Amino acid sequence: MVTADQILLAPVLPLIAFTVNILLGRFMKNHAAWLSLAASASAGVIALPVCWAVFHGAHFSHQITWLMLGTTPLKFGYSMDPLSASLLFMVTIVGTLIQIYAMGYMHGDPRYSRFFAYVSLFMSAMLTLVIADNYLLFFMAWEIMGLCSYLLIGFHFVKDSAANAAKKAFLTTRIGDIGFLLGFLTLFTAIGTLNFSQMNTLLAGAHTPHAALNTGLLAMAALFIFCGTIGKSAQFPLHVWLPDAMEGPTPVSALIHAATMVAAGVFLLARSFPLFMAVPSVLPIVTTIGTLTTFMAAFIALTQTDIKRVLAYSTISQLGYMVTAMGLSGLSAGTFHLITHAFFKALLFMGAGSVIHGTHVQHIGEMGGLFKKMPHTALTFIIASLALSGIPPFSGFWSKDEILLTAYASGHSLVFWILLLSAFMTAFYMFRLIFLTFFGSPRDPKIHAHESPAIMTLPLWLLAIGTILIGIPGSPWMHHWFQNFIAHMIHHPEYEPSVFVMACSVAAAVTGIALAGVIYLKKPIWAVNVARVFPTFYKLSYNKFYFDEFYAAYIVKPFQGFGRVLFGFDETVVDGAVNGTGHVTLVISRAKQWIDTYIVDGAVNFMGTAVYFLNSITKRVQTGFVQNYLLIVFLALIAFLILELKLA
Amino acid sequence: MIVLPLSHILIFSLLLFAIGLYGALVRRNIIGILISIELMLNAANVNLIAFSKYTSLAPETGQIFAFFVIALAAAAAAVGLAIVLALYRIRKTVYTDEVNLLKW
Repeated sequence: MVTADQILLAPVLPLIAFTVNILLGRFMKNHAAWLSLAASASAGVIALPVCWAVFHGAHFSHQITWLMLGTTPLKFGYSMDPLSASLLFMVTIVGTLIQIYAMGYMHGDPRYSRFFAYVSLFMSAMLTLVIADNYLLFFMAWEIMGLCSYLLIGFHFVKDSAANAAKKAFLTTRIGDIGFLLGFLTLFTAIGTLNFSQMNTLLAGAHTPHAALNTGLLAMAALFIFCGTIGKSAQFPLHVWLPDAMEGPTPVSALIHAATMVAAGVFLLARSFPLFMAVPSVLPIVTTIGTLTTFMAAFIALTQTDIKRVLAYSTISQLGYMVTAMGLSGLSAGTFHLITHAFFKALLFMGAGSVIHGTHVQHIGEMGGLFKKMPHTALTFIIASLALSGIPPFSGFWSKDEILLTAYASGHSLVFWILLLSAFMTAFYMFRLIFLTFFGSPRDPKIHAHESPAIMTLPLWLLAIGTILIGIPGSPWMHHWFQNFIAHMIHHPEYEPSVFVMACSVAAAVTGIALAGVIYLKKPIWAVNVARVFPTFYKLSYNKFYFDEFYAAYIVKPFQGFGRVLFGFDETVVDGAVNGTGHVTLVISRAKQWIDTYIVDGAVNFMGTAVYFLNSITKRVQTGFVQNYLLIVFLALIAFLILELKLA
Repeated sequence: MIVLPLSHILIFSLLLFAIGLYGALVRRNIIGILISIELMLNAANVNLIAFSKYTSLAPETGQIFAFFVIALAAAAAAVGLAIVLALYRIRKTVYTDEVNLLKW
């Protein structure tokens, strides 16, 4: 029998691992990793039975009053519903596997224990976020994750690029986080609660005309909360931080910037789903942003040459799919894609990490022919790419098909075609990556690739199995169990499976793969020709639509100018005041020094000199001749006698 | 019997004392100084005896006092000579002008 409160241990155990590793890390050496891994695995062991119970229809929640806001109690607690159970299942499994992998990948790093400390703190925050039952606790965990992301992106902070990427990620997501904060505060003003289930109950009747709710305020709250998603899930226009975040160690890219943290933005949309349903006017904005991001990121990924950056843009693109699904009221489709994507994208990143580990290069133009040298990495990478491209029966097919179906069946045909085109591009860029990396002949003879150790390939295979199987619960073979499971919690529109959509999806994927195969295995000249014929498109894609340049010119530069103005003010006025005070003090102290030297010391020295002078006179009485003294005694005696006689 | 007047004896003792004082003040040799001091003490003794003889007091008063002075002089001479010996051992001299450690 499951006692539900044990779920609270899930975030606490990694937190303990973090505390021990951060304080005693230097004494732990390699045990740091074992501690973090044990904490994460135990959290999984604790969480999975609870998830299992929730999968069978149970629902757990528990709250305690944290503080009183006037008369309104602010309650903290956990809530295990289908959404959190799905995420908890994914986070504990993927997180634990990535930490096993990281033990191999980070081996020999001088700050090994510090790495695992941060990862444990991240796990703790992510698990808290998943089981949180209110916006405030959710936000706290969300911010801690942002901090961990910053620390881990900048893990090799001696590299300027890593330090800058960390700053960029932190500041960019901060814009979204401010929106999120304003969003749930607005929501609190509107409905008076931050609790998810209370919000669901309150907003369920929002469509009825007599509902006394301020829809304007709710729409504002929804938009602000969506800002949080845009920042965290790297949606247009705040997507620029995620590709740079690839400066972090690859296990971090897999865990935080592919599988879990960036998915938290989509999870936030899922959590706020009743709010968005209550104000349908906001949904087109969500859809537009999602679709735009999907297409744009896929288009950029076509020409990128850094193996991790291709995957980063792919992540942005896939997150765009999820956001689009949420915007089209496809809660279960979006959540489903979130779960499957976490598995295969983590696998892809770990595969990329394995390639980097084996070759020490990241530029795909320098690789090639790695299949024979790294068979495990290559096979698992291909499995994950097939899933990402949407080839049945891999997991990505089922979830992506759900999203395409939602777009098609809800009548948004433009969105459907853009998503389909993006799916085609997804298949193309993934297999471009595979053909350039694993096939053909080695392009750089200096690279002596070797397969990664078992501690890295084992998690690859375990995730590959997960990648294959995780789509099954959402497939027709299990009668769309997952979709019904999510829909059971919050009702939302569902659509009958469409053979047309499936056919389009598979056709797009197969065409993409085939085209990539033709171009990159048989006719490499075609790629060059395409770039020459459409230079505008090529440059736009290669330079990432000039977003970084645009932000640098119109946001970063004015801010730096403003900073320089403030710096000038600081230097002249503030420092001037401080220096002036110092100068005046110096002058005063010089005067005091003069008084001290010439008056106080002078008086003391004068006394000494005077005594010395008098002494030089009186000391002459003492001649050292005994007879002189005798004479004086005698003369004195005579004198006293005369005195005596005179007085008498 | 010719009676010697008191004033004669006093003048004698005065002369004796003056000689002793002169010796004590000007001699360089410490032994000489000691001898001079003995002279002065004996001048005092002469005075004591003289006053004892010429006054109506009990004659023993002055004579006993003179004995005391003689004993005291012997003791002083013993101590003084011991000091002179010790000084000679250390400084190889008995001249006062060569012993001026008490100088400033």
